[in-house]
Amino acid sequence: MPTCFATSDSESCIPLTRDKTPTRLTKRTISLRQFLRLSKVVGIFLVAATSLMSLGCQSRVASTDEIVIGHFGSITGSEATFGISTDRGIQLAIEEVNAAGGVNGKKVRLITYDDKGDPREAGSAVTRLVTRDQVTAVLGEVASGLSLAAAPICQENGVPMISPSSTNPKVTQVGDMIYRVCFIDPFQGSVCAKFARENDKIKATKAAILCDQTAPYSVGLQEEFEKAFTAGGGTIVSKQAYQAGDQDFSAQLTSIRASEPEVIFIPGYYTDVGNIALQARKLGLKVPMLGGDGWDSAKLGQIAGDALNGCYYSNHYSHEDPSPRVQNFIKLYQGKYQETPDGLAALGYDAARILFTAMKTAPSLSGKDIAAELAKTTGFEGVTGVISMDANRNPVKPAVILEMKDGTPRYVATIAPGE
Amino acid sequence: MADFLQTLMTALAIGSLYALIALGYTMVYGVLKFINFAHSDIVVLGAWLSYSFAIRALPLVGLDAHNPATPPPIWMTAGIFVAVLLLCSLAGFLIERLAYRPLRRAPRLNVLITAIGVSLLLQNVGQLDFVFGASPQKMPALLPNWELPIQFGQGESIRYVVLPLIDCIIFAVSGLLMLALELLIFRTKFGTALRAVSFNTDFAALMGIPVDRAISLTFMLGSALAGAAGFLYVLKFPSMNQPAHSVWVLLGLKAFVAAVVGGIGNIRGAVLGGFIIAFVEQFGAYYISSNYRDVYVFSLLILILLIKPTGLLGSPVREKV
Repeated sequence: MPTCFATSDSESCIPLTRDKTPTRLTKRTISLRQFLRLSKVVGIFLVAATSLMSLGCQSRVASTDEIVIGHFGSITGSEATFGISTDRGIQLAIEEVNAAGGVNGKKVRLITYDDKGDPREAGSAVTRLVTRDQVTAVLGEVASGLSLAAAPICQENGVPMISPSSTNPKVTQVGDMIYRVCFIDPFQGSVCAKFARENDKIKATKAAILCDQTAPYSVGLQEEFEKAFTAGGGTIVSKQAYQAGDQDFSAQLTSIRASEPEVIFIPGYYTDVGNIALQARKLGLKVPMLGGDGWDSAKLGQIAGDALNGCYYSNHYSHEDPSPRVQNFIKLYQGKYQETPDGLAALGYDAARILFTAMKTAPSLSGKDIAAELAKTTGFEGVTGVISMDANRNPVKPAVILEMKDGTPRYVATIAPGE
Repeated sequence: MADFLQTLMTALAIGSLYALIALGYTMVYGVLKFINFAHSDIVVLGAWLSYSFAIRALPLVGLDAHNPATPPPIWMTAGIFVAVLLLCSLAGFLIERLAYRPLRRAPRLNVLITAIGVSLLLQNVGQLDFVFGASPQKMPALLPNWELPIQFGQGESIRYVVLPLIDCIIFAVSGLLMLALELLIFRTKFGTALRAVSFNTDFAALMGIPVDRAISLTFMLGSALAGAAGFLYVLKFPSMNQPAHSVWVLLGLKAFVAAVVGGIGNIRGAVLGGFIIAFVEQFGAYYISSNYRDVYVFSLLILILLIKPTGLLGSPVREKV
């Protein structure tokens, strides 16, 4: 059967006959030969330019009196605050360690690449860090999907990678070079489910889920929440999906509205969550919304404003935590950047400090030795809690629940593992 | 019932946007027989130009650029709209003049690949810091945030259908633009020339029709409609993605599917296709599952191509030997 494209193909045969009739259609064209000559010139220019550039880069070999570490993160794009906050946290830790004489006498230098929140970009950024810049260790990413894209590259090249805040369990399952300093989603999902069932203001038995089906983080967290929520006797009345960057959520929200849930669980990233909240309130959905650490950004409040009042999310730390290690960090951070650090900045800081501690005690700076030291981490006093690596290179630590009030997150509760 | 009406209204608004974009695809195809992949980037250009104009124009009337307390006077909104239309049609003209006209005699495939190249170029130039930047932005409100809640049911089962002003405006403005295009193409001398070029370029040229000018105008018209779609799109969905975000590509792709479903090359078909795609997408997502939103759209495309390869309103093309 001929398809539309087949017929249009036969249509494209017409130019052959057209060429013979001189018309006004053909005022300026270049012949194939001219085109080839042109492309040759362009080609030679490009080859010369790239070889010059690579020559320029060759001269940038890491000197022996410094340690180069790499960071890849979303400095631009829909999740830009993730990368920016993490980078600031890391910078702060580096400044601190360099001021104290560096790691075993060597200064630490950071190379940061922007992956624009795109898994392909993340892959090439990490390849560049590992092969061209020859970094000693890699820090990154926040989004689990991007860490999953980069982890196999670090694993293959034997470069230790610490993800500050990717919570999907699969990230560290890639291999023994991959670590993280945050809790993982089975725990986070159960924390959210427990909170939804037991909090006095929610006390939900019926929940709806709206999940970003393109993000491994979101899909994983959704599954864990569903498991924990139904195990506790609740029912999931509606399961809807969107794709990162979607603008129109009305079909999903109308459907959720019809199922009459008592809470809506949205395990997404802040830009999408903000848009969802605005549209949900417009449709007259007044039930509280609940989410994970993907909500953690100052931008969330800017996008959604008071549409998120009375909504909660689980996070790694709260800036209202009175303990000195948190308050000291906040003071340092505010001194340098004039803003309150979010959880991702704290995790970036912790990730870098754990790395330096491991480097200091490791017999050499080879990937294997550092990784072995990282695996031994126990009782590390981080800003986001006491970090001990388990056998699967995941820390076990508590989560906090924050409530959105007029665009700012306020501390509500801490939930420790096993509670 | 309330949910059905709510879905219907969203589908009408989104269908209008798809139709506006689909018109550009279909007009270019009708005249030049190739798919202008850079068309969706004109939508992005329209959206981001609206934003750039808005944040510069709002302070002129004493409003906060990013979060105006009240919408600006209506002449300002209309002025931004017209400026976006003009600049987008200029961009369409330039793209045709610089990228496609030199390839007028080249095989269709070359032009098609060039179109993809132009699309990538526009996307990435748009991401540069001194152009639009690579971060999402929030479009300031240019229209009053009026909503008309319609009440359904009584007591316990009370439901509201919310009809926002912006949906009505999208529907009305797109309707007017489509009507204007219809009149232009079927009632004016220029339209006759355009249809003649579309029917047979060589003979149109022999009849003394300035073919190049007709083609340029086609691009300008299509791009103006795409710019209008971009403007209306960001008014409805104020949270804007960065220019190279895949969501924009998907928006363009769905509009292209609309053009094919309606019968590519057919103007009324593009409008019909736009609404059909929006209905399938919205009602599918509401009644079946939102997990397969895009699947409904592209399944429909496959189905139409199998049953009626020329699209719903497309005329059968004779195989020429």
